Amino acid sequence: MSDETSIESDIEAAIRENHPALITYITAGDPSLEDTKEYVEALDRGGSDLIELGLPFSEPIAEGPTIQAAINRALDAGTTPQGFFELVDDIETEAPLLVMTYYNMILQYGSEPDVKPFVERAAEAGLSGIIVPDLPAEESEPLRAACDDHGLDLVFIVAPTTEGERLETIMSQVSGFAYVQARLGTTGARANVSGATHDSLARLSEYDVPKAVGFGVSEGDHAAEIIEAGADGVIVGSALIDLIASSDDPSDAIDALEAKAAELKRGARRGTENEADEEVAPEPEQP
Amino acid sequence: MSTERERDGKSSRTGTFGDYGGQYVPEALMPAVQELEDAYERYVLENEDGFMDEFRERMREFGGRPTPLQRADRLSERYDREIYLKREDLLHGGAHKLNNALGQVLLAKYMGKERIIAETGAGQHGTATAMAAAHLDMPCEIYMGRTDVNRQRPNVYRMRMNGAEVNPVEAGSGTLKEAINETMRDWATTVERTHYVIGSVVGPHPFPKMVRDFQSVIGTEARKQIQEQASRLPDSVVACAGGGSNTMGTFHAFVPDEESAEPRSADDSSGQSPREHVDLYAVEAGGSSLEIDEDEGLAPNSATLSTGTDGVLHGAMTKLLQSTEGQIMESHSVSAGLDYAGVGPELSHLVETGRVTPASVDDEVALNGFHRLSRLEGIIPALESSHALGFLEEAHEDLGDLVVVNVSGRGDKDLETVLEETEKRDLAAAPDVEVFDQ
Repeated sequence: MSDETSIESDIEAAIRENHPALITYITAGDPSLEDTKEYVEALDRGGSDLIELGLPFSEPIAEGPTIQAAINRALDAGTTPQGFFELVDDIETEAPLLVMTYYNMILQYGSEPDVKPFVERAAEAGLSGIIVPDLPAEESEPLRAACDDHGLDLVFIVAPTTEGERLETIMSQVSGFAYVQARLGTTGARANVSGATHDSLARLSEYDVPKAVGFGVSEGDHAAEIIEAGADGVIVGSALIDLIASSDDPSDAIDALEAKAAELKRGARRGTENEADEEVAPEPEQP
Repeated sequence: MSTERERDGKSSRTGTFGDYGGQYVPEALMPAVQELEDAYERYVLENEDGFMDEFRERMREFGGRPTPLQRADRLSERYDREIYLKREDLLHGGAHKLNNALGQVLLAKYMGKERIIAETGAGQHGTATAMAAAHLDMPCEIYMGRTDVNRQRPNVYRMRMNGAEVNPVEAGSGTLKEAINETMRDWATTVERTHYVIGSVVGPHPFPKMVRDFQSVIGTEARKQIQEQASRLPDSVVACAGGGSNTMGTFHAFVPDEESAEPRSADDSSGQSPREHVDLYAVEAGGSSLEIDEDEGLAPNSATLSTGTDGVLHGAMTKLLQSTEGQIMESHSVSAGLDYAGVGPELSHLVETGRVTPASVDDEVALNGFHRLSRLEGIIPALESSHALGFLEEAHEDLGDLVVVNVSGRGDKDLETVLEETEKRDLAAAPDVEVFDQ
């Protein structure tokens, strides 16, 4: 399957064809898997081009307080990998779905520690890719091989500290898109776009791969600024989870999520206005 | 079974111990982990700029090394064999933790880092790190689970006395696991200026090897001392195991002391020659039971080596207390310092290859061990170390004629817990606790 990489994946196509892309994240099972289904469909309607679903792990070391709390709510609600995959079996969206989870959850899915059963089940459920915040490129060989076998993308994160040889290595292995971490630290909504984002995008400008920026993006204006700085997409998670956590009734969050996705997508589009006459073909107007 | 050389050769290239170890950390931390790897090789392994010389000198003058290997006369009599105690309780700070903390804070200084962070469970590692940071004039912040803050108050005060900031961690059960999570989050934010002084032989490579190397002075001294005092190597070495830093520190020098791997027939060894093989026992916290409750996500023990399964936590592949789905269990032990759902990857490997024998004793046996050493030898051991002493009581007949037990720390910090727990039970070795209420 050596020529697999030359074929554009679902994820890569979703970003390129919908440029500038909106990637949204929520934690599956927060507050229940039934609600998650509604939320994902709302995010899809709102204009998400890719949707990341978090499979909760008890020790989420890369997450800030907002997603930690969402994970706790999901675990308290009894969310299991089995339930997660059944949810994904059930969801119908335009946007391809990715799973974001920690490595141990992937390892333990089968009867003994092995990444293959998880990847097999993920492919069967129709997931297009996997993101693993605690799996650096150096340890990723077994999972990458399994993903290749099943046509899934394994998305790598590029951090503000990723430079030199490591950056070269990671960029040569990009699958789907490069997840550009906007700032050091953990996930969580922030009030502004960090200078590190501009530095990272400048550093990555020579690589011809789709680049999406996450960690701290919470508003349409952030999305505009990031797209203008050269990103192909923005990733938003905590700001959406805040909407879920603050709704009195879980169903109240559905419309809010759809509206927030639409705001972010509009913001991202604004970011292309200044560069429209430079290189790429103008965005086709959405009906 | 592989030889020591094979083990080391393999691990030095890849940062693994057999199937265990590795570097499972967020991308943002990888450059720091690799920078640390480089510093570890240069300063610790190659003594660049005289790092190890300065470390050893400070451990002598500030830390009080070497610690004694003491013959325990009344225990020897009780068990009818020679029992020696490695007295890490006499190290500055009252536990073996300073060996590692001082080594890492000094290394951070050599690396040009400006700030120290650390997690702590019982507070012993936090205290040692705070002392080392004060000694070497580095700003220091300690993360400690809320439950542990509440049950280890004296250590919280000690850290603050030494100028460290103590940040309680409210998440989860508020113990060591949550403290490590939060320290990793801080590190992922401040990594460029900050060094994370991890407190045990856990975490991503190079931490398990580096912490072991800083702690290995325990076994290096003990091995030399027992040969001077008893004219031979011990039959058995016993140490408690939580994350496993005192365990690996004690065992490391003895790991090569195993019977030749060459095949030989059962009859051709003459029964006369002294044994060259040193048995190594890692004694874990059996808590109240070795059964786990999957529904509640609770393991009422911390017996990872004895009952755990392979998985990835806090940067390494190792044995873990986890559900079949991969969620990490809440562990339990009467001893806060053993209360951890993971264990060092090298210990997992040594157990897997059969070189180290895992054992566990429950809270009650450990409490009896605490009281017994206090009464018979005039040494109040840490509740962690009391597990090794409880095992000695239970298993001494299988340990041979000459036994070394590591007393990893002193028990002053545990007095409140011990009184409380003793009142609840009928402990054979305990004094009448009412006397303490007067």
